Amino acid sequence: MAVKEGGGLDPVKQFEVKELIPIQIGDINFAFTNVSLFMFVAVALVMLLMLLPTSGRANVPGRWQNIAEMAYEFAANMLRSTTGPDGMKFFPLVFSLFMFVLMCNLLGMFPYFYTVTSQIVVTFFLAMVVILTVIIAGIRQHGLAWFQVFVPSGVPGPIIPLVSAIEVISFLSRPISLSVRLFANMLAGHIMLKVFAAFVVSLSAMGALGVVGAILPLGMTVAITALEFLVSALQAYVFAVLTCIYLNDAVHTHH
Amino acid sequence: MATALAQEATPSLAVPIPQTQEEVQVPIGEGESLFPPFDAEAWPSHLLWIVISFGLLYIFVKRVVVPRVGGILEDRRDRIASDRGEASRLARETDGVISAYEAELAAARQKAYSIAQARRDEIKSELAAKQSETEAELNKKIADAEVQIAARRDAALADVDEIAAQASQAIVEQLTGMSLSSDDALSAVRKAEAGNA
Repeated sequence: MAVKEGGGLDPVKQFEVKELIPIQIGDINFAFTNVSLFMFVAVALVMLLMLLPTSGRANVPGRWQNIAEMAYEFAANMLRSTTGPDGMKFFPLVFSLFMFVLMCNLLGMFPYFYTVTSQIVVTFFLAMVVILTVIIAGIRQHGLAWFQVFVPSGVPGPIIPLVSAIEVISFLSRPISLSVRLFANMLAGHIMLKVFAAFVVSLSAMGALGVVGAILPLGMTVAITALEFLVSALQAYVFAVLTCIYLNDAVHTHH
Repeated sequence: MATALAQEATPSLAVPIPQTQEEVQVPIGEGESLFPPFDAEAWPSHLLWIVISFGLLYIFVKRVVVPRVGGILEDRRDRIASDRGEASRLARETDGVISAYEAELAAARQKAYSIAQARRDEIKSELAAKQSETEAELNKKIADAEVQIAARRDAALADVDEIAAQASQAIVEQLTGMSLSSDDALSAVRKAEAGNA
């Protein structure tokens, strides 16, 4: 693994951004980096997963078509159960987000692969897409009446300003919590994995006693790897579920 | 990170030395210690490429995945629904056929029974007619025979009287030498018979 390189025991080195194709526009560096590469790898894999097995349009699905259909129906049911049939127009967005985050998280589990979702800009961009969609679609559908979403029904008059202020703050904090949750989970998981793996390397370099001592962190590394697979899928699910819940505000102003 | 991005732009593959220098410099600082996710220098690049790649995925999902997979699922739902409808229609048809068959069977059984019954009655009445005919014939024969017997017996009885009268005539003639007229003898016999009876 990367830890064997000089100074590679640094657990943060796995997040290093490397330029692959330098692109400079004005003063801003738009280089195609390893992060960009893995975004496209994830997108390409999602496309292949959804495209290849369904080309037969078989009525009785095969193994791969079943996976594609399960992913599709999973996201569709999630959206339908939180927003109702009105929210199904957001399905392409929810499905894209879910599959993109899931694929990025899982790709990050391969050694030497970059975990795109460990970049806060990326997760923040995805969260902003969700929030802007809620605002734009909400105003387009309900007009200014959409702002009723900040005035919960059944609240006595005098405290409405206070409650509305809290509602606005909680609404504005959504993109932050949504993006930081995913980013922090992926980042912390990968750092922890690398720290324990680095223990194994540095301990076993100390001789026979060190090799014996390295058994424990090795076991931890294996266990955390399994845990990280769980976190990868779980965080993609959480991201998608929260997206659905937020999109519900765009469809129904009273909750 | 900022310099890493800039220096990678120069052909760094052939010159590994600057890289090691960088790594040595990492603990020292100079902004090099910037945690990669928080390195704002790389953000424009990430943003540009995430917009392009995610936008591509979104368009692909909207244009290809939703119509295709949604279509497949829709087709399957329709197919299952129509197959189910067909199956229940066939089941209803089968039920209809079975009940019609049972009704027909019951009717046939009823008809067979009534035919058998009618035949039985016919035979019975025929038998009864023949029996009564035969009985009548026999009765008639018996009656005839009885009439004949009565006649013969009467004739025989009449002869007996005659014979008894002649015998008594002869006995009287032998014993007394007197001749007895046949009419007296006959009336005497009759008187004796009446007394015996």
